[in-house]
Amino acid sequence: MSTHETAAHETVFAGAVLAKLEALYPKYPDKRSLLLPALWMIQEARGWISDGSVAEVAETLGLTSAYVRGVVTFYTMYHTHPVGRHFIQVCTTSPCGICGAEDVARALVKETGCGDLGATSPDGRFTVIEVECLGACGFPTPILIDDDFIENVTVDRVPAILARYI
Amino acid sequence: MGYPHPIHPKETPVLSKHFGEVEARPYAGWVERGGYVALKKALTMAPDDITSEVKASGLRGRGGAGFPTGLKWSFMPKEDGKPHYLCCNADESEPGTFKDREILRWTPHALIEGCAIAQLAIRAETCYIYIRGEFTEPYHILQRAVDEAYANGVLGANAFGSGRRIDIVVHRGAGAYICGEETAMMNSIEGRRGNPRIKPPFPAVAGLFGKPTTINNVETLAAVPAIINQGAAWYAKLSLSSPKSTGTKLISVCGHVQRPGTYEITMGLPMKELIYDLCGGMRPGRTLKAVIPGGSSVPIMTPEEVENCPTDYEGIVANGSMLGSGGMIVMDDTTDIVHVAMRLAKFYAHESCAQCTNCREGTAWTARILERMLAGEGKESDLGLLLDLAENMTGKTICVLSDSCAAPVVSGIQKFRPDFDRHLNVERPLKTAGV
Repeated sequence: MSTHETAAHETVFAGAVLAKLEALYPKYPDKRSLLLPALWMIQEARGWISDGSVAEVAETLGLTSAYVRGVVTFYTMYHTHPVGRHFIQVCTTSPCGICGAEDVARALVKETGCGDLGATSPDGRFTVIEVECLGACGFPTPILIDDDFIENVTVDRVPAILARYI
Repeated sequence: MGYPHPIHPKETPVLSKHFGEVEARPYAGWVERGGYVALKKALTMAPDDITSEVKASGLRGRGGAGFPTGLKWSFMPKEDGKPHYLCCNADESEPGTFKDREILRWTPHALIEGCAIAQLAIRAETCYIYIRGEFTEPYHILQRAVDEAYANGVLGANAFGSGRRIDIVVHRGAGAYICGEETAMMNSIEGRRGNPRIKPPFPAVAGLFGKPTTINNVETLAAVPAIINQGAAWYAKLSLSSPKSTGTKLISVCGHVQRPGTYEITMGLPMKELIYDLCGGMRPGRTLKAVIPGGSSVPIMTPEEVENCPTDYEGIVANGSMLGSGGMIVMDDTTDIVHVAMRLAKFYAHESCAQCTNCREGTAWTARILERMLAGEGKESDLGLLLDLAENMTGKTICVLSDSCAAPVVSGIQKFRPDFDRHLNVERPLKTAGV
């Protein structure tokens, strides 16, 4: 899902994406409320939210870049830097923590070659982070790979799961 | 039902009857199962009569606070000429809680119907369902169900031909536990950072976009159609212990039980039966050590407290904790309570919005002190320090996030002191070894 932005900023809110955003305008009394949806659209298109994207969202919704940046950094799911092609979130909060989640997190870091939580593997394929409660505590350990929610992950299952993400 | 397990004879499936049944998910399947009959009935009722019915049912908020739902609705102004809003809290993120996601995934139309009825009661044309960003699958299912409801004339400018407008918008969060706090949620919908607001003004006076607003949890709203269909008296009778706790409650049980899952019980079912009969008890050869009964924000219970505890609002308070969200974390004798407390403190430190000093500093330092203790670097004075921090984190901030961080730490130290002592009384390696 992720593409890394290295060149100059290319406009996201044009054509179909702009139409999708504009279709949401009547659902809210002001444009500022479109900020979270707009940021999701940017991240879906570009993989992360760059300075250029912040400026574009600000311009589109009539906000300032500083304001948009303040909101982006509040929410943990918006990436403020490029991440691997596949972004893995592993839950290690207490209920999963008492059922072996930390071992799963270690196995994910090792098998992906990321070296550390939050780092991207040298081949650009994966980034692994620990997250707080994914809300599937009865099925430890839940992980999110991109948009795929996977439950009951154990250390043994890690290699086979990763093989599905090229 | 105890999703993903079959219905247990001691369960009372009302909300969970169709969990696991894919045919119940689409609009047509839901209508075949009696869906939207309650909404059609509500469309013929006066708004205040809907509220009175819900009030008489005894339904209380299922998100954690347990506030009487009908009473909350009655706080909404009447002929004030302003737009009103309903916010449905689908930001389920409380550690141990995974019940709302089953409603969202299996019976999304039950929620849509509940929202629509509540909107009629509080005179709100628009409802925003705020769903946490990590719930990718539930989000897509819910959005599809809302689209279906519009396509079938349930929602829109002329709901079921009644001439009434009912709109529902699904609003996706982006990773912030605190947005489950009602005023933070309103800020998040408005495109702001999810900082909780100072109350008063309360949402019923000035909430979303400054207009009168009611915020209800997914499970609360999903229970409303059954109350309208079967009547308040039927619902109020579903009570095994305290008459102040009525109806059914989804309890999501996780941790060291044999059959973790989401169970639906009549209020007041003994907690022991829930743990041992419904969930199959502890893993072989293990014994119960502790229970966090209502999501991570409530005090930890000992096996003695669990022994005669009815699972309802009053019963759990009488036994040293709270029903909260009904997210139950069961721990066996392999569990180190200090480790549990550390992970929870890290959770709260990560999720603190950081606008109040006591919370920002208190959660972070609580986590650091517990981590230090686990690393064998703890000091005897740390326990006093943790309790002192907890004291300064309770009742001192805009919202209750910091209180929630203090609860498991204080109850952990009070009830499971040997676990803490074990980390303090360790033979430490020498700092210098002559090299």
